[in-house]
Amino acid sequence: MDKIKIALAGNPNVGKSTLFNRWTGMRQHVGNWPGKTVEKKEGSFKYDQYGMEVIDLPGNYSLTAYSVEEVVSRDYIVGEKPDVIVNIIDAANLERNLYLTVQMMELGANLVLALNMNKFAREKGLKINKKQLSELLGVPVIEIEAVDDTGSEKLLQTIVKVSKSPNVVLDRLEYGNEVSEHTKQLEKIIDQDIPQLDAPSSWIALKLMEEDPEIIKKIEETGKGQRVLKEIKKIQRHFNDVFGDDADAAITDARYGFIAGLVSESVKKPKIDKVTRSDLIDRVVTHKYLGIPIFLLIMWLTFQITFTLGDPLGGYVEEAFAWLGETIAASMGEGFLTSFIVDGIIGGVGGVLVFVPLIFILFLILSILEDSGYLARAAFVMDRFMHKLVGLHGKSFIPMILGFGCAVPGIMATRTLENERDRLLTMLIVPFMSCSARLPVYALIVAAFFSAYQGWVIFSLYLLGIVVAIIVAAIFKKTIFKGMSAPFVMELPPYRLPTAKGALIHMWERGALFLKKAGTIILALSVVIWALSSLPVGVEYGSQESVTGQIGTVLSPIFAPLGFGEWQATVAIIYGFLAKEVVVSTFGTLYGIDGDGGGEEASDEEVSANETASVEQVSNEASGEQVSGETAVEEASAEEEETALEEDPGYIAVMQELFTPLSAYAYMVFVLLYIPCLATLAAIRRETNSWKWPAFAAVYTFVVAYVVSFVVYQGGLIMGFA
Amino acid sequence: MIKTLNNLKQGETGIIVAFKGKGNVRKHLMEMGLVRGSDIKVERVAPLGDPIEIKIKGYSLSLRKEDAKKVEIEIK
Ligand SMILES: Nc1nc2c(ncn2[C@@H]2O[C@H](COP(=O)(O)OP(=O)(O)OP(=O)(O)O)[C@@H](O)[C@H]2O)c(=O)[nH]1
Ligand SMILES: [Mg+2]
Repeated sequence: MDKIKIALAGNPNVGKSTLFNRWTGMRQHVGNWPGKTVEKKEGSFKYDQYGMEVIDLPGNYSLTAYSVEEVVSRDYIVGEKPDVIVNIIDAANLERNLYLTVQMMELGANLVLALNMNKFAREKGLKINKKQLSELLGVPVIEIEAVDDTGSEKLLQTIVKVSKSPNVVLDRLEYGNEVSEHTKQLEKIIDQDIPQLDAPSSWIALKLMEEDPEIIKKIEETGKGQRVLKEIKKIQRHFNDVFGDDADAAITDARYGFIAGLVSESVKKPKIDKVTRSDLIDRVVTHKYLGIPIFLLIMWLTFQITFTLGDPLGGYVEEAFAWLGETIAASMGEGFLTSFIVDGIIGGVGGVLVFVPLIFILFLILSILEDSGYLARAAFVMDRFMHKLVGLHGKSFIPMILGFGCAVPGIMATRTLENERDRLLTMLIVPFMSCSARLPVYALIVAAFFSAYQGWVIFSLYLLGIVVAIIVAAIFKKTIFKGMSAPFVMELPPYRLPTAKGALIHMWERGALFLKKAGTIILALSVVIWALSSLPVGVEYGSQESVTGQIGTVLSPIFAPLGFGEWQATVAIIYGFLAKEVVVSTFGTLYGIDGDGGGEEASDEEVSANETASVEQVSNEASGEQVSGETAVEEASAEEEETALEEDPGYIAVMQELFTPLSAYAYMVFVLLYIPCLATLAAIRRETNSWKWPAFAAVYTFVVAYVVSFVVYQGGLIMGFA
Repeated sequence: MIKTLNNLKQGETGIIVAFKGKGNVRKHLMEMGLVRGSDIKVERVAPLGDPIEIKIKGYSLSLRKEDAKKVEIEIK
């Protein structure tokens, strides 16, 4: 069977992935480009007697080295030499779409143009003469509809045909005398000096005149580029003298000039632009006074729907795992192996799966917001605020708001940011938004120490998180992300009704990826923590004799200057790494308190069951349900009698023994700021495709937490709050 | 009359006569269609006063005023 290698290329949001999914169905593989955070999608299907292998290139406006996506696409076209490139074009936005086409022609790519979104072009009153366009470009032009089968057969036939007899397109481009002459002149030197390059020398010549850093580097690396590079300098001076501008600008002008010629010969436009539906919607949605309230309302709805719908569902998952754990524990009896299976494995898997409803619902909503075109407006409305405050892009606002619910979906929402640095910086500060998992910790401590000012104390912590995020972002902008300010240049796509299928596919792709990549890490680390708490064999789970307990005991002096040098406080912090609300139940476990108010020693059985409950409480976090210290067994049997820990006099007594009000506040500050939970780190790992960033996040948040808590405690002491 | 893009009012139209400056952002904006001779219209300004939305080459693009300052427009 003959194989045909096809690449789908085009501007963002033109329907590449829609066509890709239609063609390949479930036979696709989603991964990352090597070393890049850019998603790579490959798939295959059969057509006639051919095996079609398709790659969905990232959406691009150009093929300069402006963004990672552009470099990825370009390297693929140059390096992998696909048999056919299907360039999908938004017919309603022909001129700008052709800019990319022209650049692929410069590369000598074997193109087929697929005109998509023809309905919208007609609505705009555009009439495109396909035949004329095709003749002028020397490339077949096919009208398709990516959402259904229109034009699909014709497109496939053309692909097969073109793969056999490639189009010759290099001689079609006309960039005017000045640019062409200099290109030719350079081309000649390149051909003489460095003939073995894998891209057309005319393209190399153009890129050099555009001062493309990647290409200049490549030429320098050959060691034979001296003459070429010298010639470039001369040409650039010449352009500056003649046009008062760089060759770079002249080439961009020339490309658009060529396109203007094409369009004037093949497209009929209405004299006056019609007022489109999108314009009408924008008049309201980005209105001077209504714009921000509408944005906040939509954010609030997103938040509400995600967490009110996701939490109960997460609760069911949690209950199912609790039940499973009990059943297994009951049938296997107590023991090391039981503890491993129940607390380690089932607890770990449960800890991953409780996130599933939350994440899938969130991605569904985000996909709808993105596909409809609203997300771009949200960024437009919020950009000034974010830019002034933290030097970030307007789109960063959404992940940060979601962070108040749970940092994991917040981190995953950074996907919508095109700029890699913005994405990284946003990921690094999202964990400072006080997520709902911290609430039970505050609730417990506040009840013991600050009952008169509960609301204010908790509010102060939320505020502190935001202030720290702003300060940290400012510091990062001046240090590790120095000079990397991303400009705000963003297309505002026309509003479209999102299709259910498209939204569901997006949701599934992103959600499944989280499960696969982050899930395995969360599970593995949960087992590690279980092991540390259960070893050496025979110790009580998480007691001072266990490895965790010993680590806590050794480390605890570090925290003495922050006001909480007791080993129990340190062990609670270690468990908080699993999920922050576990801090609360750890105190319950360590002091053997159950929800009925007793202060008696806990039995082995209770201790381990308690831990199971706490690991699975990952989802309780968001429901705002107060974490109780009851064992899982009791929880299931006596749900209605549940007493919240913070109302428990025994617990309050223990807390008051362990902390002073000042050290309790410092402890809350520390819990707010220190190392994001396991799931968050796993999400960062997944999104950045490297261990570097989660490791960095863990270390720097620890430092920040330590410093801020230190200042709070010592400052408090000085001011006499002890 | 020539004005810089950031000074155009909502609804004002013109033709790009020059794009001053250097660098990546300028290049990117040119590639997005802000080249000499193109028709341009300021569609609206964001609620907080920045960025702005323009219509260029038949589509909508938003950019910050600090970048728009570099674009010179001949008002029709
Ligand atoms: N009405 C209509 N909508 C379409 C058509 N093709 C795609 N869409 C919609 O356009 C939106 C974007 O489509 P995608 O396939 O995700 O676009 P893409 O080119 O992969 O976008 P990027 O991956 O961002 O570069 C989706 O909401 C699609 O449902 C079409 O032919 N007609
Ligand atoms: Mg896509």
